[in-house]
Amino acid sequence: MSSQAARSGAATAGRIPAPKRPAGTLYRGREGMWSWVLHRITGTAIFFFLLVHILDTSLIRLDAAAYDAVIGTYKTPIMGLGELALVAAIGLHALNGLRVIAIDFTQWGVKHQRLMFWIAIALWVVLMLGFAPRHLMHVFGGE
Amino acid sequence: MADNPSVEAGLSAFTVTLIIRRFDPETMDEPVWKDYDVELYPTDRVLDALHKIKWEQDGSLTFRRSCAHGICGSDAMRINGRNRLACKTLIKDLDITQPIYVEAIKGLPLEKDLVVDMEPFFASYREIQPFLIADAKPKDGKERIQSVAQREIFDDTTKCILCAACTSSCPVFWTDGQYFGPAAIVNAHRFIFDSRDEAAKVRLDILNDKEGVWRCRTTFNCTEACPRGIQVTQAIAEVKNAILAGKPAIPAGV
Ligand code: SF4
Ligand code: FES
Repeated sequence: MSSQAARSGAATAGRIPAPKRPAGTLYRGREGMWSWVLHRITGTAIFFFLLVHILDTSLIRLDAAAYDAVIGTYKTPIMGLGELALVAAIGLHALNGLRVIAIDFTQWGVKHQRLMFWIAIALWVVLMLGFAPRHLMHVFGGE
Repeated sequence: MADNPSVEAGLSAFTVTLIIRRFDPETMDEPVWKDYDVELYPTDRVLDALHKIKWEQDGSLTFRRSCAHGICGSDAMRINGRNRLACKTLIKDLDITQPIYVEAIKGLPLEKDLVVDMEPFFASYREIQPFLIADAKPKDGKERIQSVAQREIFDDTTKCILCAACTSSCPVFWTDGQYFGPAAIVNAHRFIFDSRDEAAKVRLDILNDKEGVWRCRTTFNCTEACPRGIQVTQAIAEVKNAILAGKPAIPAGV
């Protein structure tokens, strides 16, 4: 029992005071819970983007000049970074979405959900490594 | 303490700090964290620590327990941020270089210290009709024969002890108390997939609801919390698929 020493060490190291906040601790869920949190955040972000995007695209039927003006403002570096975030959100949502489908319809998916989460993250990192440099060159390189 | 297995094994006691979220509805507006130092053996359980505090330091500490052996389902609580039975959580399995945080399960009304009102939980349980419904006379008027394969498909969900560790670990249930919750679905699964039961359709209809199985977002918190090792998320997925198919997939009889 190697941790025995650490334990008696903790006993002599003095009392650790109780936290001040009355709130409960954060529930320590694992991959499943965090994948759901990410899915929610990215899903909500994508929803609001689509809402704005449908509105700005519908402008073209009303007033082509106004449409051009609005689309023109998208060609700024800040919007370029926003686009990067959008692609990141969609990528993650799509890959985890495939994982959720596998969980809902196959026993295999339920069993390997944790592994699938890390596979989704790995694929997402690879996709972003491919996309981000090119996109940023495009945004900031003025090409 | 001659009968203490730790003493027999030559293990020595050490001091562990427990930080417990206390609440007294008569004198407090909000719960507060209080810390206690307890002498414990590695083979002690969190329940033993709570007993020591209640018996030796502060008799007002309130919690539920009954069997103390993982069978009655009374003492589900949040231990270091995860739902566990206090009577099944060994001190040696926790990191005691840090204090142990103990608080009531989440999402059910807090009554006092570690005790919550379980009524909303049991109301959902009653709603799925957790009893065998079999009106037709058995063949030959004797028994309802079931094959091994037929028994197998709902074996996992017969193990539930209604401790609420799963339901109160569910983020959906925290924000939407109307959701049936994993425990009710587990117990519905137990009868839906029982070849002797005749009311699968009724239960599937009950759970094919806005607050039914479709609320499940597969966070797997329930599966990881269940002290009986029930594959809760899998059972919910099977009920979802049974609703889509219109009936449960039960193997052919004997
Ligand atoms: S399914 Fe498991 S965690 Fe949920 S109430 Fe039953 S025994 Fe407790
Ligand atoms: S006291 Fe009965 S399950 Fe823990």
